[in-house]
Amino acid sequence: MAIEVRIPTILRNYTGGEKAVSAQGASLSALIDDLEVNHPGIKDRLIDNGDLRRFVNVYVNDEDVRFIGGLEAVLSDGDQVVVLPAVAGG
Amino acid sequence: MLTIDQATYDGIVAHAKRDHPDEACGIVAGPEGSDRAERLVEMVNAAGSPTFYEFDSTELLELYKEMWDRDEEPVVIYHSHTATGAYPSRTDIGLASEPGAHYVLVSTREHGNNAGPVEFRSYRIVDGEVTEEPVTVVDELTASN
Repeated sequence: MAIEVRIPTILRNYTGGEKAVSAQGASLSALIDDLEVNHPGIKDRLIDNGDLRRFVNVYVNDEDVRFIGGLEAVLSDGDQVVVLPAVAGG
Repeated sequence: MLTIDQATYDGIVAHAKRDHPDEACGIVAGPEGSDRAERLVEMVNAAGSPTFYEFDSTELLELYKEMWDRDEEPVVIYHSHTATGAYPSRTDIGLASEPGAHYVLVSTREHGNNAGPVEFRSYRIVDGEVTEEPVTVVDELTASN
């Protein structure tokens, strides 16, 4: 099962500059673990204390995962995952 | 250095004045790798706050998908400070995630919603390091700038 994951500019140092990588997992949590195997260090940029980082947005097929179960969001073959850092500040 | 055309500059300033005392935010997109700030996109500050700004997550995705379709990137990311100067706050620095972008800060603390000059400054923010850069306002972007 292959899921395309769109990687934002700021995390492309973990993917050798690739804008999108393929990964697998039946949930977002499993997908991130799989990403970590091939792109060590990336998990820590997405997850903090066992939860998605507050200022990282992850979308599955255009849905913000916060509305579809967060790390437990269910994934299927062919899903499209997009990671985008929040544009925010004070 | 940030080179910006007068209409885009005026658009950013007008947005900041209109949303005062809340922070205004948005981007100027341009062709990938060109460093040309061509297309002003005002965003809603989902935080609706005088001390914080955040693009709505759904609108953020729409914006990026539109840029990807057009082979664009955010050349400028701007927001306003309404009670402090036009310098990145600690939060701004911590959350800056586009190392290739010009981070523009506009301060409306002096004249608020009213006419009058504003502070308009531009920075690079890379790995927590802030570098101010000059801003050149031109009548129109030409082929060479």
